[in-house]
Amino acid sequence: MSGGILLRAERVGKRFGGFVALQDIDLELRAGERLGLIGPNGSGKSTFVNCISGDFAAHDGQVTLGGQKLDGLKPHRRARLGLARTFQLPQPFTSLTVLENVRVPLLFAGEAANATRRAMECLEQVELAAKADKLPRELTQVEQRRLELARAIALRPQLLIADEAMAGLSHAEVDQILALLRRLNAAGTAVIMIEHIMRAVTEFSERLIVFVAGRKIADGAPREVLALPEVEGAYLGRQ
Amino acid sequence: MSATTLPAPAMPTARLHLSYWLGAGALAVALILLLRLIGNEYGWYAGYFVLQYVVLAAAWNILGGYAGYVNFGAAGFMATGSYTTIVLYEALGLGVIPGILGAAVVAGLLGLGTGYLTLRLRGVYFSIATLSLSVVLQTIVVNWDYVGGSRGAYIIRPMEVPPFASYGEYIFVVMLVLAVIAVGIGRTVEFSRLGRGLQAIRDNERAAEAVGVPTLRLKLIATTLSGALMGVAGAPLPFYAGYLNPEGAFNLAYAVNAIAMPLIGGAGTWLGPVIGAVLLATLQQAATVTISSALNLWIVGWMLVIFVALFPRGILGWFRRR
Repeated sequence: MSGGILLRAERVGKRFGGFVALQDIDLELRAGERLGLIGPNGSGKSTFVNCISGDFAAHDGQVTLGGQKLDGLKPHRRARLGLARTFQLPQPFTSLTVLENVRVPLLFAGEAANATRRAMECLEQVELAAKADKLPRELTQVEQRRLELARAIALRPQLLIADEAMAGLSHAEVDQILALLRRLNAAGTAVIMIEHIMRAVTEFSERLIVFVAGRKIADGAPREVLALPEVEGAYLGRQ
Repeated sequence: MSATTLPAPAMPTARLHLSYWLGAGALAVALILLLRLIGNEYGWYAGYFVLQYVVLAAAWNILGGYAGYVNFGAAGFMATGSYTTIVLYEALGLGVIPGILGAAVVAGLLGLGTGYLTLRLRGVYFSIATLSLSVVLQTIVVNWDYVGGSRGAYIIRPMEVPPFASYGEYIFVVMLVLAVIAVGIGRTVEFSRLGRGLQAIRDNERAAEAVGVPTLRLKLIATTLSGALMGVAGAPLPFYAGYLNPEGAFNLAYAVNAIAMPLIGGAGTWLGPVIGAVLLATLQQAATVTISSALNLWIVGWMLVIFVALFPRGILGWFRRR
């Protein structure tokens, strides 16, 4: 599935006061690629994806998506360029029905005329069409995760950042989400998966990068990366 | 705010929009005929009192109800409308209708400016900023001799405006038309793309931005529209009362009622502020003529406590299953 360079991050840095959360992060992601991003808690994974999505402004470096500079663009402008994300905790629009949750991105993406039809298509893709008129609080946790994915799919993303999309799910539920992400990827969407469930991230990813203390310490095929002594030492806790 | 707001209904068809305007028009005509039949001049003034709160509550609801940004400065916006009317009257001798149009423009611009300065704040910080705005505006007016300063300003209103039988009837009809328009605008916002965006902002602003909702732009539209309508609510007040001073124009009751009425009726819906305003303003008007106007805020306080404790989603929320 992988094609030309879709996302390029160059020497990205982020500080919170005197604390350096990210330092000199370089990353290239090809169109349609499946990338796993792992690291211990506090290693800067979420900070990095927040810098890509525009939730945080990076202090140093620059990020481009499809050759377009993202620096200074607000998250909604990045979303319209095809950058979608999910959150560590599902963040549905609580007073809107499942259908309306998915209609919202479509209304602001120039698809207002056929928003309902497209929203139902997205819900069918994540197998939530039968619950279109439910409120998010009536969904199970895995269904809320699927709703987040449906909302992301509605953006017709070139890149999806799945930030711990499987946290707290059972083995079978993890498989459900993995299957959805694979289908999305098969349709051409590149995916960056941030995950602590090693089975999921190694099964899914073509390439794995590892962050420790705000720095990228490894980048390569999952088996090779996980076998590196510095990764074992820093991430897996082995000597 | 999300805990006190109701699930958003599905988008209605154009036919339902038309049915609102026809229904509201018919109700307005029926109300005028009823008050004519009663034939008591006080009825027009009591009706005006209730309707100004319908406009104010509907205006507050656009930002507070749909977007979840609680504006404590409603009195400031309303007084901006009132004093715009006074300035136009003093400077150009203009009447109530030009005053309303001017108030919409000035209060709308004030809303836009306030939005630019404060909308990066959220929650209680935004609310405090809007409360401060009201205090700043009152200080300006108190020290502005052209509009009467702390002494206040008088307006000599016409005895009657043909074809209306009295000035009371005229000013009532003006406010009735404004109420129909304000509620209609709120209703249109609710069922539009703007309304859906504001509801998404209220529920989860970060997620809204992440799925492509231009949150700052929508909030600026909401503050402008809400501010303009609050100004419109206050614009006829100098002609209604014949006299206005800062203490009356910036009265705490406006700020409290603007929040309490939508919350009690059902915030985040077009009908909730109407129900809350009619209920609370009628109770206050009844207390004013039977006991004392000093009881008005006492009534609002008790109603608010009761509804927050027992019906946190307001009257409409109580009737809806979810």
